[in-house]
Amino acid sequence: MVKVTVDGIVVDVPNGSSALQACEAAGKEIPRFCFHERLSVAGNCRMCLVQVVRAPKPVASCGFPVAEGMEILTDTEIVRKARRAVMEFLLINHPLDCPICDQGGECDLQDQAFGYGADHSRYQEAKRAVTDKYLGPLVKTVMTRCIQCTRCIRFATEIAGVPELGAVSRGENMEVTNYVEKALTSELSGNLIDICPVGALTSKPYAFTARPWELKRTDSIDVSDAVGANISLHVRGTAVLRAVPRVNDAVNEEWLADKGRFSVDGLKHRRLDRPWVRVHGKLQAVSWQDAFVAIGKRLEGVAGDRIGAIAGDLCDAESLLALKDLMTALGSPNIDCRQDGADYDLSHRAYYTFGTTIAGIEDADALLIVGSIPRQEAPVLNARIRKRFLAAGRGEFPIGLIGAPTADPTYKAELLGEGPEVLAALRDGTHPFAEVLKAAKTPMIIVGHGALTRPDARAILASTWALAAETGVVGAGWNGFNVLHRAASRVAGLDLGLVPGKGGRSAAGMMSGGVDVLWLLGADEFHTAQIGPQTFVIYQGHHGDAAAVRADVILPGATYAEKSGTYVNTEGRVQRSFRAVMPPGDAREDWRILRAFSEVVGHTLPYDTVEMLRERLATVNPVFRVIGGLDAVDASALPGPMGAGAVSSAPFRPVFDDYYQTDPICRASPTMGECSRIYVHPRTVAAE
Amino acid sequence: MSAHSPIDQIEQPATFAFDAESEEQIAAILAKYPPERKASGTLPLLYVVQKQMGRQTGSAWVPRVAMDEIARRLEVAPIRVYEVATFYLMFNTRPIGRYHLQVCTTTSCWLRGSDDVVAACKKATGIAGFGQSSADGLFTLTEVECLGACANAPILQVDDDFYEDLDGPRTIELIEALRRGERPTPGPTIDRVSSAPEGGRKTLTDSPAKQG
Repeated sequence: MVKVTVDGIVVDVPNGSSALQACEAAGKEIPRFCFHERLSVAGNCRMCLVQVVRAPKPVASCGFPVAEGMEILTDTEIVRKARRAVMEFLLINHPLDCPICDQGGECDLQDQAFGYGADHSRYQEAKRAVTDKYLGPLVKTVMTRCIQCTRCIRFATEIAGVPELGAVSRGENMEVTNYVEKALTSELSGNLIDICPVGALTSKPYAFTARPWELKRTDSIDVSDAVGANISLHVRGTAVLRAVPRVNDAVNEEWLADKGRFSVDGLKHRRLDRPWVRVHGKLQAVSWQDAFVAIGKRLEGVAGDRIGAIAGDLCDAESLLALKDLMTALGSPNIDCRQDGADYDLSHRAYYTFGTTIAGIEDADALLIVGSIPRQEAPVLNARIRKRFLAAGRGEFPIGLIGAPTADPTYKAELLGEGPEVLAALRDGTHPFAEVLKAAKTPMIIVGHGALTRPDARAILASTWALAAETGVVGAGWNGFNVLHRAASRVAGLDLGLVPGKGGRSAAGMMSGGVDVLWLLGADEFHTAQIGPQTFVIYQGHHGDAAAVRADVILPGATYAEKSGTYVNTEGRVQRSFRAVMPPGDAREDWRILRAFSEVVGHTLPYDTVEMLRERLATVNPVFRVIGGLDAVDASALPGPMGAGAVSSAPFRPVFDDYYQTDPICRASPTMGECSRIYVHPRTVAAE
Repeated sequence: MSAHSPIDQIEQPATFAFDAESEEQIAAILAKYPPERKASGTLPLLYVVQKQMGRQTGSAWVPRVAMDEIARRLEVAPIRVYEVATFYLMFNTRPIGRYHLQVCTTTSCWLRGSDDVVAACKKATGIAGFGQSSADGLFTLTEVECLGACANAPILQVDDDFYEDLDGPRTIELIEALRRGERPTPGPTIDRVSSAPEGGRKTLTDSPAKQG
C-alpha cells in the first residue's frame, strides 16, 4: 500500500494505482473521457489533469502511477485552468448539435462542459466534419461528434474481442472507423453505445425516441439468456423504450448482450392481450371467466395423469411454482421445464449449476468447454472468459473446446474434437489436453446444452464429472464444474422440481397424444406439430408465437418487464426484477392467472399475494431466501451425477443456429429480425 | 479531399498475392523479429506491397486486399494494418501515377524556391493541384514536409530518389526526362558534390603539410 495525500486527505491505495484512483479513494471526482475502469489506459483526452506537488506541470492522473508520500491537488487554479483549456480544445471541433443529439442529457461532454466549458467560443475557423460510418443495424454513428477518446476501439479489441475498430489517418484527419463499412460482428456491440462519452455512437433502434429525463427506470433482470444480467428498463408511458445494463461485478460487470438490450421492441409486437378460446376450429375472443370455464369443462373427467404441463424459457420462478402446485393439485405428475429435452441429475445443485461462478472464471487457470458455444449462448459470460484469457497472458490460460467448430470464440482455443469420444480420451489420458487439466491448479469445465440435450446426456454428464474428479476440477476449495444454461427459467425450474414426478411424462412424453390436456406456460421452443392432434392445448404466454397458433385456449400473460419476478441464473444466483410497465389489455401476471384458474376448478392455490407465494418458494427450496447472493458449494465430496448407458459418438451440435431468434420476444422484435437478416442470413449481394 | 476518403470510392483489386521477389524480401524481413512479435513487420511489408504494385501495375500503392494479406501473414487484425498504412503518408492507399513527385515545401525549401518547383511540376505535367494525377496517369504530385536535405534545398523526391538544388527549368527538364523513360542520376542538379558547397570546397583548401 502507498500513502498518498489528495487535497489534504490521506489515503492508502495499492501499489501501482493511478493518481486518478487515489483521488477517487479520497472521494474526489476527476473528470475524464478516455479513461474507463474496465479498459486499458489510453491517456489521450487530458481531461483528468491534476497537480502533483513538485511536478513541473499538471499530470494526466489516469496514467500517472502513485508514489509514497505523493501530494495531489485536484482543485487549484492551475488544475482548473488546465481543464478549461482541454475542454476548449475538445469543443473546437465538436458540433453544437446537442438539441438533436441522442446523447443529450446523459452526455459526459455536456456534463463536464457545464463545469469546465467557456461561455463562448474563441474559435473562428471552419470546424472539422467527419463522414459517418456504418457499424451495423444496432449502432448509429455521428462521427463529427467523436472526440477520439478511443474507448470504442479499446472495448472492441479488449472486451468484445473483435478488433474491428481503429483510428485511421492522423492528426486533423484522424477518424475512428472500421475502414471497411461492415457491420460489427459482436454480440456485445450495444455496449459501445454506453461506453461512448459523447453522441458519436448511439443506439440506432432508439434514435430520436426519448430524452433521458422523460424515462422512468426500473431494475430488472435480462431473460434473453441464463446469465441473468442486471438491467434497468427505461419506460415512458406504457412503453419500454430501452434496456441498459446495471453494474453487478458478480454477474455482468457493466455489460449487456445485444439480444437483451435490443429485443425490448419485441415487447410491444405480436402481444396476446385477451383470452381466446377455439370454437369450431376458430379462435374467439372471450372473457377470462369464459376461458377458465372452457378449460374447466375440458378437464372434467380427465384423469390427473392425462394432464401435462410444459414451462418455457422466460418464466419467473413464481409462475413456475404456481404451475407445479396447480398440476399437483390436479393430480398430475406430468410436468417439465425442459422443453429442449435436456437431462440433468437433480440430486445436488452442483450438478446443474455454474459452480465456479461467473466472477470465479477469473481465478481459473485452464478451461475445457464441452458442447457449448459461450459466445452465442452467454455473450457476457464469454467476455469474462476472454478477460481471464487476456489477464493470464500468452499461453497461461489454455482453453480446450469439444464441439462443433464455430466462428472465433474471441480467445485462443484448441479444438480437441467434435464428439464425446474426446471425453473418453481425456479420461484415459490418451489425449494430451488431459495433462493440461491435471497440471492446472484451478481448472474448470463448462458443459453446455449441446451435450445435455442429447439422449445420452446423463452418461455424458457423469463422464464429464468423472473427468473433473480425476483431474482436480472439483476439489477441496475449488469447484470447477459448470453447467452453462441458456434458458433464463431453467435453473429455477430445476430448483423447484419442474420435472416429471413418479411415473410422470417428460416434455417429449407429452407429445403425440401422451396427454389429453397440455398446459404450455410460455413454451414455444419445440415443434408444435409434435403435439397429438387430439390433445387440448392451453397456451399461457405473452406472445403470439408458434404454440399460440396451435392452442385451444390462450391465456394472455406478462413478459419479464410487466411483472415482478424471481429468476435464477446459470450460477444458481437468485435475482429479482420489478414491474416496469403494466401488461397490455387483459393480460395478467402469470402466477395470478394460475391462482385464479385454480379457484375455478376448486383447487385454490394457497397464496393470495406475491409475498405469500415467495414464502412458499422459500419453503420449497431454501435457496430462494437469499436474493442476489451466492454461497460457494464444496463439491469435492460429492459422488457425482448418476448416469449410465452408452454414449453415442455423434458430434455435439450447436444449441441454436440464430443467436438473434431464440425466444418469443426476440422473434417479435423488428430489431432482432434485422440483425438476423444481416448477421445470420446475409443475402448474397451480386457483384457490381 | 481527405487522403483516406471512404474506401469504397476507390476501385480496389479483388485479389493480391505476393510474387517471388516479394516473398524473398518477406522472409528476410520476418527473420529479424521473434515469431510472437512479427506484427513489427507491418511497416516493411507495406513497403514490399507498394513496391510490388509499382513493379506489376506501374502504380505503387497499397490496395486493401494487400493489407488484409499482410494482416493474415502477421496474424493481426486487418484494422491494425489499415491504421498503420493510413497513418504514414509514405503509403499510398489510392492508386498513383508511375512517377510520384513529392515536393518539399517546408521552410528551407520554400525560402530557396520550392514555389518555382511546384509551378514547374504543374506546368510540365498538367496537374492542377496537390494530391492529383496527370491526365496521362504518369505523374502524381504530392506536397510533403521536410525531407531532411535542407542543405540542398529545394528538393523534389521522385519515388525513392532525391533530386536536389532544383529550380523551375531544371524541374521541367527532369520531368521531361522521366516522361521519356529515363532516370537521371539522383542528387544535386548543380555543380555540387553531395552536400558539399556549391562550386567546390570553400574551406580547408590548404593542405596541413603546406602550413608546416
